[in-house]
Amino acid sequence: MSLIHQTAAELGRLIAAGETSAVEVAQAHLDRIAEVEPKVHAFLHVDPDAVLAQARAVDERRAAGERLGPLAGVPIAHKDVFTTADMPTTAGSKILEGWRPPYDATVTRRLREAGLVILGKTNLDEFAMGSSTENSAYGVTHNPWDLSRIPGGSSGGASASVAAYQAPLSTGTDTGGSIRQPAAVTGIVGMKPTYGGSSRYGLIAFASSLDTPGPFARNVLDAALLHEAFSGHDPMDSTSIDAPVPPVVEAARQASVDGLRIGVVKEFGGNGYQPGVLARFQEAVDLLESLGAKVVEVSCPSFTYALPAYYLIAPSECSSNLARFDAMRYGLRVGDDGTRSAEEVMALTRAAGFGPEVKRRIMLGTYALSSGYYDAYYGSAQKVRTLIARDFDAAFQQVDVLVSPTTPTTAFPIGERADDPMAMYLADLCTIPSNLAGNAAISVPCGLADEDGLPVGLQIMAPVLGDDRCYRVGAAVEKAFEDRWGGPLLKEAPAL
Amino acid sequence: MTETLMPYDEALAQYEPVLGLETHVELGTASKMFCGCPTTFGAPPNTHVCPVCLALPGSLPTANATAIESTIRIGLALNCSIAGWCRFARKNYFYPDMPKNYQISQYDEPLCFDGYLDVEVDGETVRIEIERVHLEEDTGKSTHVGGSTGRIQGADYSIVDYNRAGIPLVEIVTKPIPGTDRLAPEVARAYATELREVMRSLGVSDVRMEEGSMRCDVNVSLMPRGSSEWGTRTETKNVNSLRSVERSVRGEIERQAAILAAGGRIIQETRHFHEDTGLTTSGRSKEEAQDYRYFPEPDLVPIEPDPEWVAQLKAELPELPSVRRRRLQAEWGVSDLDMAAMHNADAISLVEATVAAGAPAADARKWWMGELARRANEAGVPLAELAITPGQVARVTELVASGALNDKLARQVLEGVLAGEGSPDEVVAARGLQIVNDEGELSAIIDEVIAANGDAAEKIRGGKIAAVGALVGGVMKASRGKADAGRARELILAKLGVTE
Repeated sequence: MSLIHQTAAELGRLIAAGETSAVEVAQAHLDRIAEVEPKVHAFLHVDPDAVLAQARAVDERRAAGERLGPLAGVPIAHKDVFTTADMPTTAGSKILEGWRPPYDATVTRRLREAGLVILGKTNLDEFAMGSSTENSAYGVTHNPWDLSRIPGGSSGGASASVAAYQAPLSTGTDTGGSIRQPAAVTGIVGMKPTYGGSSRYGLIAFASSLDTPGPFARNVLDAALLHEAFSGHDPMDSTSIDAPVPPVVEAARQASVDGLRIGVVKEFGGNGYQPGVLARFQEAVDLLESLGAKVVEVSCPSFTYALPAYYLIAPSECSSNLARFDAMRYGLRVGDDGTRSAEEVMALTRAAGFGPEVKRRIMLGTYALSSGYYDAYYGSAQKVRTLIARDFDAAFQQVDVLVSPTTPTTAFPIGERADDPMAMYLADLCTIPSNLAGNAAISVPCGLADEDGLPVGLQIMAPVLGDDRCYRVGAAVEKAFEDRWGGPLLKEAPAL
Repeated sequence: MTETLMPYDEALAQYEPVLGLETHVELGTASKMFCGCPTTFGAPPNTHVCPVCLALPGSLPTANATAIESTIRIGLALNCSIAGWCRFARKNYFYPDMPKNYQISQYDEPLCFDGYLDVEVDGETVRIEIERVHLEEDTGKSTHVGGSTGRIQGADYSIVDYNRAGIPLVEIVTKPIPGTDRLAPEVARAYATELREVMRSLGVSDVRMEEGSMRCDVNVSLMPRGSSEWGTRTETKNVNSLRSVERSVRGEIERQAAILAAGGRIIQETRHFHEDTGLTTSGRSKEEAQDYRYFPEPDLVPIEPDPEWVAQLKAELPELPSVRRRRLQAEWGVSDLDMAAMHNADAISLVEATVAAGAPAADARKWWMGELARRANEAGVPLAELAITPGQVARVTELVASGALNDKLARQVLEGVLAGEGSPDEVVAARGLQIVNDEGELSAIIDEVIAANGDAAEKIRGGKIAAVGALVGGVMKASRGKADAGRARELILAKLGVTE
């Protein structure tokens, strides 16, 4: 099997065993990027020389006898919302074009410490706001399954790069579904860890109380290995949880649902869901039952209000988080011709530097936080958030994990929802509750929809710090499906 | 623009002032509020900065535990309740010296609330109610270059130093203070003075108003006598000394009274105090209240002070200034008037330290409030900034008590120490200021003086002992002040065979 089709775990083993080198593996992936990138456009930045230098450094560390982790020498695509001291960081926005951060995000630093070789920075919806990468200031990324369709978002470059075999692993961030939805529509695995389980330091903020870094991979074990590599407590992030990382790798290897209680969320299904998505989802539920799980239906009535609550909380936080982009200290500066005031330069820069969706959310959030509206909007949304967390708590009294389709539909055509924000927002209907409650959730492939032959994702939700359950159930589903399919779902994808 | 003012007495005859003070105190923590940058004053611009305090994309704050502890201690010293659970909040507004374009502050959940501070004015105790004490971060410092006012309007360009951005700042807000009547300026000053001493006693800040580590915003409104409805208030900023606190209140009362008496209306606004004129000029209008869109800071976890820890902090509070003053007054046996004079001169700690170094309280007070106060006044510096330590003052009093110096010589010794000539003993040695105790030398000088003043000597021999003063004076002159006058008198009388 060619190097680009190997799993991350296998690449790590081959490099450790000396059967290949980090440089060789990096070169193979650089070649693949060069080959398919014109069609996919997953990356905003790739510097082949710098990639090979990183790979050589890993080979040298190993040659010097350093004990390295299981992913040392394995390439990874890094979402361009994490700061990197040796690469530009744009967050997909014109306002940060050409900005080189003076520091590494904690996630970046931990990738380096684990010996992962960063291939480049991946495309995303501007400031991670969107479900398609159509909001990127640097062009749309194409879904490797069908280049006329979106790869999901906001981490669409991350999902596409892994689905297109440009990288075995990638990082993403999930604020309302930005890892799980892209994973679902590209037929790969994407995990949103428990909020606070992975550090936000150096992650350019969209919505602070929701943003969660997480892994993408082509299989559950690889995702768990990456999860373990960059997660854990970070004193630089006050909201980071000071607790051991749940045993995710062990759980991914365990891959068993025997005796587990699994709840199907009653509120997710019916109108607005693509029949092919519902069919594949039902198949997955039946499969779980056949594997020895006890499946029950669970009602979470407050989930119905998750989407509106999210679209008050996330824009409110973003309106404040994005205030710092004011042309004073870094990034784009427009109109500074010596005649204009600082305030005018700020306004001109923000008008020119932010895209329409970012502006929409800043305005929504500014409005929602305004005096006289705060209680009705932000205040009410926070109450809904509490109710959603209570629904989860009650559900997890009855069951070990909850399941639902990851997204109501498969990948939609590029342009279809670009002018209809509400339709776009619905892509995150099933993923948002776990962001609001902060619990763990994963998306694993569960087949292709009959009507369009595109991938469908199964979402598995676990309690806060129950991340290992996502991997345990996800790995069991993956194993059973792959036995049935005769291999990974991704082998069904057309050649690029 | 010249303001019309109404003479103070006239203003007070017609109107009653209501005060309110918001005081910002920079905490003297080693590092900033939300990052590890140092807080030392006076570093080259933009050298004490990092991704966090520059608000680089992706950076996050982490709260300084020492600053939280200091704030709780301040709250306890001001008799406040301490919140069992509270949060930071974001105050959103755009300004170039605020890197995030929001300030991390506290809104409706302050760390400390409902306290008071008693201050003394004219021998009366006035209780100032404290609304809240909360913790926030300072902004950077803007300098507006060009233009006539030094303010952003009309400036050619502005430069910003972010060294100050993120320094922990405690805001102490009083409840409205009615009923101070004509003492309003003094009450405001007494409150600021007392607050500063509380901060010093807690060791939480250097509270230097001239460096901006303590800043007072003074709110003043007037209501017509007989009315119970408060008027529109103004908020005066840039009040950089205790004296200015007092002057700004007085000036604002005079200004507002003139406007009201002429049938005008007070505009709710911030005003800018000018040290040179003692007057304020109009700043930002608050008529259309800026909407800061406060919301709980999602990057920080709530503060939940452990009640046992708070109780421990309370038990470990140092003696508060007012308590200490009462104790020292009793120990030193001084009058209310003398104690107030020492307090106003900022001399209490200096006297206390001088006493601790071995000087009698009366002597310590005499030198600090006399000769040294005079010197400080001449030099235009606070007493504490004179180049002399309490230990050195104590040594001078010791030398006087032992008879080695008299008061006149002691003043010369103090002058030498202040001039940087060394310790009191070094000055005595270098300037040769020792009292002449050598009986032989003194005897020789006396013989010369008697010989040179035959008439006076005869009068003394004849019983006119009062004439001895002239001979003693001659001895002192001949010895250039170094003789012990008492001993000289004894010897002169003995030599002339006269007994008293």
